[in-house]
Amino acid sequence: MGEFKVHRVRFFDYMPSAISAMAFNVHTERLAVARADGTVEIYNFADNCFQEKVIPGKDGRTVEALCWAGQRLFSTGLNGEIVEYDLENLRSKYTVEAYGGPVWTISSNSQGTQLAVGCEDGTVKIFELVEDSIQFQSNFDRLKSRVLSLSWHPSGTQIAAGTMDMIRVFNVTTGHATQRMMVDRAAGANKKKEVAVWSVVFLSDNTVISGDSAGKVQVWDSQMGTLIRTHLVTKWDVMALAVSRDESSLLAGTSEGSVVQFQFISARLDQPDKEWQRTRTLRSHSHDVRALVHTDTAAVSGGNDAHLVVRPFMEKVVKGSKESAPCKITFPHRSLVSCGKKAGILLFQFPERLEVWRLGESNENGEELSVTKKPEALIHLKRKGDDHICCSTLSPCGGWLAYASASSVRLFQLQYDNDSIALTKVEMGPLHVLLWFVFFVPHYLPSPSPPPPEVSKQAVHLMSTSDDGQWLATANSDCEVHVYNLKKLKYHCTVPVYGSCPSAMAIHPTGSNVVMVHADQKIFEYSLEQKEYTEWSRSLAKKGLHGSWLNRVAPVTHVSFSASNPDYIILHDMNMFCIIDKSLPLPEKDSDLVGAETQLISNSSVFPSVFKNLLCVGLMEDHSLVVVERPLLDIATRLPAPVRQKKFAT
Amino acid sequence: MVAHADTRVVHRGGSKINFRAPVITQDSRFLICVSGECIKVFSTSTEECIHHLQGHKELVTGLVLNPSNHLQVFSCSEDGTIRLWDFTDGPFATFGLVSLNLPPSVEQHVMVKGHTIVFQSVSTDPKCIAFGQGVRMHALTHSLTHSLTHSHTVFGWCTMFALGTSGEMAARNAFTCVACHPKDDCIATGHGDGKIRLWRNFNQEKEYTFSTVHWHHSGVNALCFTPEGTNLLSGGLESVLVQWRYGQEGQKDFLPRLGSSIKEIVVSPDGSLFCTSHTDNKITVIKNCTKVSAVIQGLVHGDGVKTALMVDPRTKALVLNGKPGHLQFYSLQRDQQLYNLDIVQQEYINQSNLDQFEVVKAALDSRGSWLATVEQRSAKEVEISLKLWAFDEHTQSFVLNTTISAPHDGPISEICFSPSSQNSTTLVSVSLDGHFKAWQLTQPDPSDDEEASWSCDFVGDYHSLEPKCCCFSADGSLLAVSFKEVVTVWSPASWDLLTTLSQPPGAIQDLCFGRLSCSKYLLGATDKNLCCWNLLTCSLEWSTALDVSLLLADPLSENVAAFCGAEKTTDLFVFRPSEPRPHFSQQALCTGRVTRAVFAPRDEPLDGCEESSQWLNRSQLYFLTHNMELLTFLTKPEEERLMALSKQVAPTIDDSVAMTPFYLLLGKHRKRQEEERDILSSQSGVRNLLPQGSVAIKEVGDHGDDVHSILLSEQPTEVEMESEKEEEDSEEEGASVPPRPEHESSDTGAKLGPVLTKAEHRELRGVKKLDYSWIRGLVTSNPVVNTTKQMVKTPKQRVKTPKPMAKTPKPMVKTPKPMVKTTKPMVETTNP
Repeated sequence: MGEFKVHRVRFFDYMPSAISAMAFNVHTERLAVARADGTVEIYNFADNCFQEKVIPGKDGRTVEALCWAGQRLFSTGLNGEIVEYDLENLRSKYTVEAYGGPVWTISSNSQGTQLAVGCEDGTVKIFELVEDSIQFQSNFDRLKSRVLSLSWHPSGTQIAAGTMDMIRVFNVTTGHATQRMMVDRAAGANKKKEVAVWSVVFLSDNTVISGDSAGKVQVWDSQMGTLIRTHLVTKWDVMALAVSRDESSLLAGTSEGSVVQFQFISARLDQPDKEWQRTRTLRSHSHDVRALVHTDTAAVSGGNDAHLVVRPFMEKVVKGSKESAPCKITFPHRSLVSCGKKAGILLFQFPERLEVWRLGESNENGEELSVTKKPEALIHLKRKGDDHICCSTLSPCGGWLAYASASSVRLFQLQYDNDSIALTKVEMGPLHVLLWFVFFVPHYLPSPSPPPPEVSKQAVHLMSTSDDGQWLATANSDCEVHVYNLKKLKYHCTVPVYGSCPSAMAIHPTGSNVVMVHADQKIFEYSLEQKEYTEWSRSLAKKGLHGSWLNRVAPVTHVSFSASNPDYIILHDMNMFCIIDKSLPLPEKDSDLVGAETQLISNSSVFPSVFKNLLCVGLMEDHSLVVVERPLLDIATRLPAPVRQKKFAT
Repeated sequence: MVAHADTRVVHRGGSKINFRAPVITQDSRFLICVSGECIKVFSTSTEECIHHLQGHKELVTGLVLNPSNHLQVFSCSEDGTIRLWDFTDGPFATFGLVSLNLPPSVEQHVMVKGHTIVFQSVSTDPKCIAFGQGVRMHALTHSLTHSLTHSHTVFGWCTMFALGTSGEMAARNAFTCVACHPKDDCIATGHGDGKIRLWRNFNQEKEYTFSTVHWHHSGVNALCFTPEGTNLLSGGLESVLVQWRYGQEGQKDFLPRLGSSIKEIVVSPDGSLFCTSHTDNKITVIKNCTKVSAVIQGLVHGDGVKTALMVDPRTKALVLNGKPGHLQFYSLQRDQQLYNLDIVQQEYINQSNLDQFEVVKAALDSRGSWLATVEQRSAKEVEISLKLWAFDEHTQSFVLNTTISAPHDGPISEICFSPSSQNSTTLVSVSLDGHFKAWQLTQPDPSDDEEASWSCDFVGDYHSLEPKCCCFSADGSLLAVSFKEVVTVWSPASWDLLTTLSQPPGAIQDLCFGRLSCSKYLLGATDKNLCCWNLLTCSLEWSTALDVSLLLADPLSENVAAFCGAEKTTDLFVFRPSEPRPHFSQQALCTGRVTRAVFAPRDEPLDGCEESSQWLNRSQLYFLTHNMELLTFLTKPEEERLMALSKQVAPTIDDSVAMTPFYLLLGKHRKRQEEERDILSSQSGVRNLLPQGSVAIKEVGDHGDDVHSILLSEQPTEVEMESEKEEEDSEEEGASVPPRPEHESSDTGAKLGPVLTKAEHRELRGVKKLDYSWIRGLVTSNPVVNTTKQMVKTPKQRVKTPKPMAKTPKPMVKTPKPMVKTTKPMVETTNP
């Protein structure tokens, strides 16, 4: 396998943004996650929680709440606007001003025909969904304080609204409040502080469950307006509630970072009376849990520590299956780093800027090398405009740099002699094809003539060119991989569609084979010249991959090849990287894999213990390996301090 | 193996009362707990032991109330029987009503529910089984497989829940105990990491769920729901009883400072009393959830007894390590702890891996007026201090007299007092630093106000070898100290080295002088041989190949007991140094090595033994097995007497016994007898008059025979004196009766009748002693009628009437009783 000189890069100070809202579409199994910087991400829960789409954020746009109405995704924020997203082109479709000050919450009825928004001025506004737009319908009775949470009754006739100190139940048709339920304030010193009802849930048996800033989860009878039961969950706030579809289980997310489960169970087998019992406590966050989703098999939580955590309920899943593995998503499932292979420079992408670094050097040999020449930041390039950078790339020679946002693509030429660096902007013609770039922008895909007739409208999320500039492969979220011949500017072929989205893809530098790794961890190799799967890929498919490889949670985000040995394929995901040697025989399917040097597919080495939290693994021209790590501890130290909790023996 | 039909090894006194969870009766007035081979019934209000239920032949392993009659209790034992006892109706019914023969491998707590379910591979700890809602639900835990099995007898299903068994968590979250909610479908389990899980909704196959509460920092040892199911009690190492509100587990109450780690929790059926049993063999009764109302303390079984077992000559109490840093004085006769003496006088911190001072050696002088203790801490370097305690007559306890810090440079391997009867006693300490030191009480100048204190008198060594053990001869004129293979004999008077004895190979492990007629012999044990030297000829008399772990001389006879380690068991040989054949030998006495044993002198010599158990006549041999069980030998006559006695003890201690028809029937009969007795004397009346302050008095007061004998001693009838003196002479010819220690009687006598002088007492003591044996002799030889008539000169001739009342099959034991009764009024009349 050989030895590599490894550049262990830890100077990419990437900070994921806090999760502020989530919405789950049960029918399509898509989870929409909104972050504090306005980014909205779509995860496909049917496909191994793969991050399918990313709608980049925009300065000045925050997302307080998200909701699905059928296939349409809406969000609101404190700028007072309602935004509908274009999920094909990955940008906002239109915005509607709600005229009620900052909008705290949005909720759609179960039929997907009406939207209710809660505003700072105390109004609840109903919008009707029409084709390609929404239309204001009515205002409910105005309340005295801001509306923080809303929940529709499943029948669509009533809405529960959580405000300061109070929960109101509205009749949707008349717009009048029918019940008023006062929420107790916290005891002691916080008696004077108003209680914010951060979250309400309206169940079909007319029970309303509320979570408030005094740390209580309260069960109310909405018909009588009476309190049934109080569970004191935390000393701090209960920020989010989520109920399962069958209304037998409820999750409450707290500011301590724990998620508490309640279950609707009877005390005895022979008694029909059921009540909400506190059962499990899941501790997967260090900071506030801001958003919660209860899927059929798992609790999905996100919060200020920017982790998206999927915790399956063990009684709902088959033990040992892929579904039973808890999953923590911190890094995006796309590359934020590009390597200038020949020049030994790295490009790091942030939402608002780009950074170009030169790698350090060392003259020593041995296990651990001391750096003689320190890595150096060459360029800090700030973007223009409000739109966040959504993708960027660096040419292998290091002479060209390009980035794109939702509105524009910019190309720069880099020139450096030892110390001085010159960056010149290059104006692009509409069909200025940049052969050595890999662009992830769907809109600017150089559209060769004619495009294949059956190509889907979904955005391309992966592109790869061959080193000789002959081939271009694109993948979109409908799982299609199209190959174009760039020299002829013609559509070449389409790889047979596989049911899972490709998470990483690369064209082999010599063999003109494209290697694809899908979100379900399957690996395929497709010969572009023969237009069929290669022999190795077939034998791999026949034999099947090893269970411990298939049960990994994080998708492979990068594929690269070794220039010295064409049989090597280098793969990495967030937790490990491995090198596959195609020339070696495949291991038995149910053989034990022990130790670091495990054989997963063919004779491959996995390095899970040495390198962690990987953002990029790339092979440079001089056979040195660049490993870009972002330790989670570094991220945690840059977060604001969590709420104080009493620990044992302190 | 030699079969001894007339002696057997029993748990008697100091057995574990925390071995199994105690049982509180329906009316919460009695607490029933196992205690070795018998069952004890305590009053929850007075802490008094009311009944001993005897009948099992082996260790009792389980107790449960009879669900159909709450005045009865079932017990099961390692002898393979289940017995049903009637514990309230007094002694007349305390025999086994039911005896059921089971295979002798029954180790499991048996629940009598009228169901037959066989569970396989259940942990043998009864904490792992719980029953809920009558018989509807069972829960079992397996700590090894990390799973909880739940079965439903009505619906007949059985579910198993498992926790993760791999990784670091698994090592800590093993199940430790389980409890079922009495009403709801809820099972509480305690775990090794201190968490309590409440399992619910387990009637569906996979939909079970649990919630976790966590307060304990180490494993949860006990869990119990209150009868209404409103509270859950838990306890563990922290010695805090935690009360969780069922349904609102966030709220909890604590009852801290219960003394030691909680082992079991039991709640009375009406929920008013909680009862916690602790690892230091203590049962605490808690009233109204908040107040400790009674503490029943048994013999503290620590992790290991470092000191030798001793018998306090004053109180006849067994002295050994108790709580950490304490010595406990435990009365074997009353089976009750008398008091704890804080030796270390430092706070004990309940934390593992923390080196703290421990009492490693202790010695009492022959009169019980001095106590020497050695405490040691081996944190980095060995820290030792030697403390000497004087007995204070006023407070009736030991008071610290002298503290010698660092008496030796190395750990002290043995200390002993010289048995010389003069006022000045000598303490010898032997240390691994190569020296032995003699310490003596030095009287200060009368001008100073200081008290007498101890100081070093002599430092001895021998060729800079390491000494191991030391021993004084019975008269205190010789001191033997062993240095490796060599035994050196010194004269304590002049500190001259008299002679050396050696019998290689092997270092001397234990030394012991013969007593009485065999006092010319010195016994030494190496790890391979047992040697006997004749000190008159300074030559080896005999030696034999034995791996002796402990050599012990009976202070009242020539007998020497040697515990020998065979493969994994221990054999016992009892012999006289002068005779080559052992009197008694028992192989496979117990598993493990016996390193602690003591001869406890009997209050009265035992008669009627067979030859093989003659050696038990004057003293009783107690020994500690390596798992800290105190065992002793019980001879057959003694056993019979005890059985009879247990039926004899009248239930006058607690008069508020529940009225059952059986009780009424018997009660009528007994009342008549009691009326007669009341006229003569009221035993309980005498008892109430006794001052409660003195430990010695208390100890004597409870023991019926003692009272009788003392009372007997206090009737100075001249006629008897003369006749007894003759008897005394004749007795002395036998020369087998050693002089009995006299402090006890003088103490008690002084308290009972302050008019009598000390000299008179001594006289009376002798009279009493002989008086008793004399009566016994007469009783056994049957010309009883004449002598009793002669003795009883009081006009109360009703003595005769109780006689036919003796219903027990042993008239021999019964007959002394009426005489006691006649004597009592005499005491009352003479004292004023």
